[in-house]
Amino acid sequence: MSGLFSPRAWNKIWIYRGTFLLGLTNTLKTAVVALLIALLLGIIFGLMATSNRKILKSISRVYVEVIQNTPVLLQMCFLYYALAFSGHSPGIIVTGFLALGIYTGAYMAEVIRAGIESVPKGQFEAAQSQGFGYAGQMFYIIIPQSIKVILPPMTNVIVNMIKNTSCLYIVGGADLLSLTYSFVTGENTGGSYAPAYIVCGVIFFLICFPLSSFASMWETSLKKRDQKVFQNGTPKEA
Amino acid sequence: MAMIKLENVNKSFGDLHVLKDVNLEVEEGEKLVIIGPSGSGKSTTVRCMNFLEAPSSGHVYIDGTELTSKNKTKVVRESTSMVFQQFNLYPHMTVLKNLTLAPMKLHHKSKKEAEELAYHYLDIVGLKDKADVYPTTLSGGQQQRIAIARALCSQSKIILFDEPTSALDPETIQEVLDVMIKLAKENITMVVVTHEMGFARQVADRVIFMEDGQIIESGTPEHFFNNPESERVKQFLGKIIR
Repeated sequence: MSGLFSPRAWNKIWIYRGTFLLGLTNTLKTAVVALLIALLLGIIFGLMATSNRKILKSISRVYVEVIQNTPVLLQMCFLYYALAFSGHSPGIIVTGFLALGIYTGAYMAEVIRAGIESVPKGQFEAAQSQGFGYAGQMFYIIIPQSIKVILPPMTNVIVNMIKNTSCLYIVGGADLLSLTYSFVTGENTGGSYAPAYIVCGVIFFLICFPLSSFASMWETSLKKRDQKVFQNGTPKEA
Repeated sequence: MAMIKLENVNKSFGDLHVLKDVNLEVEEGEKLVIIGPSGSGKSTTVRCMNFLEAPSSGHVYIDGTELTSKNKTKVVRESTSMVFQQFNLYPHMTVLKNLTLAPMKLHHKSKKEAEELAYHYLDIVGLKDKADVYPTTLSGGQQQRIAIARALCSQSKIILFDEPTSALDPETIQEVLDVMIKLAKENITMVVVTHEMGFARQVADRVIFMEDGQIIESGTPEHFFNNPESERVKQFLGKIIR
């Protein structure tokens, strides 16, 4: 069982706990930077997807479909090796930021598109009829109404992204899973397979579980509140 | 000079030719009522007046300025307001915020000025006590009166009404019409798409009848309701007024 019940194996993990902490820090750092990139891309492509211009819609569609229908591992390899061979090797860390950011951005774009589309057309028209330009419409009228539709699924996208940092293993990243792998295969540290992977899993779980529970609780409470509004108000306006 | 002028306006949605060479002028302060069967292009006609629909061809002039997709935001902001069938109040804002948003953000009024304006018009529509509630807690008739107050807060010369009473319970239609009748005494240019013939008779300076994307007949309410020329109009009015 590769040391599952061996005190020596567990002890080794305790001694090398710094490795796991470093992995955790790297994973979180990557996640935060990739999240910023993903948000930026998600907002740009999400807005493009809801615009009236066909060309913008198509560009957004192509981005989302290409990214969502190819493996993130492939995208990472492609970005890393393609950039490396073209002579601008961005390094593993930047590859991680970019690859995860671009990948997650496609899911963000879909979440934002769906959120904006959940606002009735009449709201856009009311804003236009008052003389609000595109930015004003979005800022004062559309985004405040779609944000409650956007945030719960967006939290789930973030959870997936944190887990996906482990794919950086393929390009030799220094994220939590990659460091765990190096640890169990290392010359001096090797062997403690089961305990190491359990610890790695527990760390991921401790970050992701609270986030995803929070998202589903949030969603439930929003649904309840909407039902209330629906009962009190006129269904026509809803 | 006409306040609103449509010149050879055509509008198509795909293969559907909704407006066919519509020519129409509305004078300043005029109350124009547009009637006709559904699908006749009435709503599309008023929606061209604030570019919610861009005409496929032809020209729209507001107060002498041609409305284009480039200047629409500015011209619409300065000259027109609209009241919708489905009210389209902003559900995430209180009534007061609904009324003060455009004056503050678009017309550069201070919060105090905007609120004074809002209370003034809330008083006119008889809903001063509802300033701090959310629109969805109100009845349809109340929401539509708030929507009219919101349109008034922009203090534009033109208010467009797109079937303002069609989504209302029969019981609340009159309260909205009463507000509109009150409004008709002001020098605001009103274009009203409606099926309320009593309202048309009472406030319209001119009534036009549309069918199949064209204006079939145009005249004073007296002319319209007493001796319309076209057989089609007679038939329509015979069915609608019982």
